Amino acid sequence: MSLWTFFSSHRQEILAAIQQHLFLVGVSMLIAIAVSVPLGILIVSRPRLRALALAVANIFQTIPSLALFGFLIPLPILGGIGAQTAIVALVLYAILPILRNTYVGLTSIDPSILEAAVAMGMTENQVMFRVRLPLAKSFILAGIRTATVITIGIATIAAAIGAGGLGTFIFRGVAMVSNAVILAGAIPAAILALLADYLLGFLERRWRIN
Amino acid sequence: MPEPAAITTPAIEFRDTGYSISAKDPRSILSGISLRIAEGEVVAVLGRSGSGKTSLLKLINRILRFSSGDVLVGGKSVSEWDLIQLRRGIGYVIQETGLFPHLTVKENVCLVPELEGWPRDRTRLRFYDVMALVGLNADEYGKRYPRELSGGQRQRVGVARALAADPRILLMDEPFGALDPITRSELQQVFLDLSRRVCKTIVLVTHDLREALLLGTRVVLLNGGHVVASASPADFVKLDEPAVREFIATSELRVGHTP
Repeated sequence: MSLWTFFSSHRQEILAAIQQHLFLVGVSMLIAIAVSVPLGILIVSRPRLRALALAVANIFQTIPSLALFGFLIPLPILGGIGAQTAIVALVLYAILPILRNTYVGLTSIDPSILEAAVAMGMTENQVMFRVRLPLAKSFILAGIRTATVITIGIATIAAAIGAGGLGTFIFRGVAMVSNAVILAGAIPAAILALLADYLLGFLERRWRIN
Repeated sequence: MPEPAAITTPAIEFRDTGYSISAKDPRSILSGISLRIAEGEVVAVLGRSGSGKTSLLKLINRILRFSSGDVLVGGKSVSEWDLIQLRRGIGYVIQETGLFPHLTVKENVCLVPELEGWPRDRTRLRFYDVMALVGLNADEYGKRYPRELSGGQRQRVGVARALAADPRILLMDEPFGALDPITRSELQQVFLDLSRRVCKTIVLVTHDLREALLLGTRVVLLNGGHVVASASPADFVKLDEPAVREFIATSELRVGHTP
């Protein structure tokens, strides 16, 4: 069976898988951003929390993704079979790049700018929200971009625990020893990753100062 | 009886002030500094690198905290001041300007008035005033970003920003240090003009003898963390103090090299 005939005969199914895939990635990214950016802001002035948060985020990053999905299945509430478990795992992977970039962006600001801000009588919160955060914007977005691209890839593995998405075709293709079926999942996933990379990269360049 | 103390209260006073980086470190950056700076004085603090002149400046707005003695602003110890109020009442200009790259010239200049909650009209008028003081066209430059300005223009904006909330005290750390000689003397003229008109207490740190003599109504020489001389520019050059003679001698040597 050629790739093209598979694509045309399974168009509805592939589109549905893309939709599922985007849902998994979208929800995971929203949660990851909502956790990582505030956490990144908090750890700027809290060294102990910083060490802990970065270490934990690092550890999750080192667990092979298939294993992490497997670990999560038996857990109550968070675990089980399906999209929810997949989202938990994807969030855990996406946190590190966003958290690290947020932290680096907030702390790599020209010291003379921070000195001026403090000397002007800005409170700590004003320095954070009027100076650090706007100047770190493109760094944070770069972290989100990396995380999104990674998440689009890892989300294909979510099919192994019944979360659906483009990985469904890849696993099915492997089982059927059919390249066409594998590619029906892999090509759209790659295109999604490239598109996300391009769009977020465009935003990032527009937000960059200097 | 009238209250004579109010008239004679210095704008800034150092009382046997010492500063070291940490309590454990016995080497002090500054020690035994006693200095009274009157309202409206322009004090040029002169010294080589490492003489402690920048630290002296930063003790005033409590970017650094003194280790011993006391530092008073408006007759009140800086440790008793509300830190935010203290700093909002003191303009601060540094060599690298510290302009916020994500804000326009106007937003940079108007930041402290805005933080202070000034009405919009008053802030706008003030923006035109301070831009005129530093010799920049407010309409032309207001919308630009710092990266679109030359070094001299950035420094002018830095001064305008420091003056915006009409502070009584202006602290300047090598404000013209990074500029080419022509721009530098241009800005020195702007400063001279401005310092006469605004009538503020100004402490200016510099390593350049000619700049100190030109701009200061008083010149203070720091050497190894001590005040070794404090005199009007005219008297300063006549002092017999060895450290002063040496500083003048090395400065003239350097002057001799530049045409």
